[in-house]
Amino acid sequence: MGTTLPQCQLSAGIPGSVPIPSEAGVGLRHPHLEAFVRGEPDIAWLEVHSENFIADGGPRVAALEDIRQHYPISCHGVGLSLGSAEGIDADHLDRLRTLFKRIQPALVSEHISWSINNGTYLNDLLPIPYTGETLRVLSQNVAQVQDYLGCRLLVENPSTYLTFNDSDFDEPDFITQLITETGCGLLLDINNIYVSSINNGFDPIEYINKVPSEAVMEIHLAGHSSEGEGDECVLIDTHNNLIASEVWSLYELALDLLGPRPVLVEWDADIPEINVLVSEANKAQKLLSTRIQM
Amino acid sequence: MLQELQSSFRKAVLTGDFSCMRLLVRSERGNIDRRLNVHRNNILASLSDVLAATYPVVRRVVGPRFFGNLARIFAETTPPRLPQLSAYGGELASFLSTFEQVQQLPYLPDVARLEWARTEAYFAADSAPLDPNKLAAVDPGDTINLCFVLHPATRLVTSQQAIYRIWKVNHPSVNNVPKIDLDVKESVLVTRPHYEVNTHRINGGDYAFVSALSNRLSLGQAADIAMAADESFDLQSTLEAHLKNGTFKEIC
Repeated sequence: MGTTLPQCQLSAGIPGSVPIPSEAGVGLRHPHLEAFVRGEPDIAWLEVHSENFIADGGPRVAALEDIRQHYPISCHGVGLSLGSAEGIDADHLDRLRTLFKRIQPALVSEHISWSINNGTYLNDLLPIPYTGETLRVLSQNVAQVQDYLGCRLLVENPSTYLTFNDSDFDEPDFITQLITETGCGLLLDINNIYVSSINNGFDPIEYINKVPSEAVMEIHLAGHSSEGEGDECVLIDTHNNLIASEVWSLYELALDLLGPRPVLVEWDADIPEINVLVSEANKAQKLLSTRIQM
Repeated sequence: MLQELQSSFRKAVLTGDFSCMRLLVRSERGNIDRRLNVHRNNILASLSDVLAATYPVVRRVVGPRFFGNLARIFAETTPPRLPQLSAYGGELASFLSTFEQVQQLPYLPDVARLEWARTEAYFAADSAPLDPNKLAAVDPGDTINLCFVLHPATRLVTSQQAIYRIWKVNHPSVNNVPKIDLDVKESVLVTRPHYEVNTHRINGGDYAFVSALSNRLSLGQAADIAMAADESFDLQSTLEAHLKNGTFKEIC
């Protein structure tokens, strides 16, 4: 492991961030903004998509400033494109830092994927081949982000639908190398592991056993959907559903291996009433609490 | 290698022509194109959703299905340049002005401009509007020489057609869209003095007036231009309305 970097503290004359507890939180989505501004839902912490709050001003980011008075906040990025061969967009990194100074997130995370090529932003988390070249690109980009923000970045394992012929590493080995080279943390997305394991034919239990447990700083849970029948069946990471039973089982296995960690329930499409989200989070919390008592 | 791979991948997912990708990737079972199509769909469907949220009135005018197809074509040819989607879709108006299948709806690009102006206002920098007392404190003889800085959220849109009424009657909350006379010139002023975006219909003289002020002409010059555009222009009542609406940020 490289030197351990501090958690994010981008103080700018406002109270510093409240640490994310090893409890269950939910992803903050627009239909629920008002309820969280009032501090109503009983939830331990919240995660936002950083890019949704990048703006010169307006009601949305103002609402988040109110919300952070009630809940610890994690900022989860979808636009840095850590896997881009053309490198990190310095302007975007700067816009993120401006947001973080305003919101003071306790955790900052991104994805092991790419979305920018030739200055075009493809609004998806696209897969990378697990090669030595990609490892160099990703390590350099992660290091640049950590240097600029002055804090440790968590990177999330992707959901994948394809395998690259060129890949030299399996995914857990690739991620372990990235962590060793940059000192970044891991955001372990259990649903992504399950979705990828079905689509690409690997053992999800072996995967969870292989990733460096001390680097896991956060866990994600979400629902997926399936498309096609038989051999043509693909699981898609749609975040539009209740968490699948197979994912709950893998989550329990991960908790047994890792111990308590901050856990987040994500829901991004066909967003339900807030109580549905809270009840999924409560379910995740119950499984977490039993392991604290053991 | 990675740069070329990502360039091929970008072209493949935007065009739907996966031929150059087939040698680079494999799928454990099932058709590769189908797997690549998951990414193509993720991209085009999410961008269509963003456009549908930004352009609810254009969508209602052309119908949701037609809008969905149009949005996918727009997204393929005009993908985002910035990773924050609040900045996405400003070119839809110019796309519509050349899109063959909507040429019988000549007002559509201007309606899109109005909706984009509202989006820009929503995300614009926060600022307190001009305090009317500041204006009141200026020596009456000097008022005519003042210039006005527009509030960061203020936007102007003008059209040869009734874009304000088209926008108003096609609001998602209106059930029965009444018949309206389309061939009436209309101009719109969008403001956001605090956190709510407001959309005002203004007359041609007022449009000329605010345009002139936005070009840093003095109050007197702007009033002359407004009068030339519309002889019924009344400076006093127009200025009062703008102070109430939060059109300006500062006097200079």
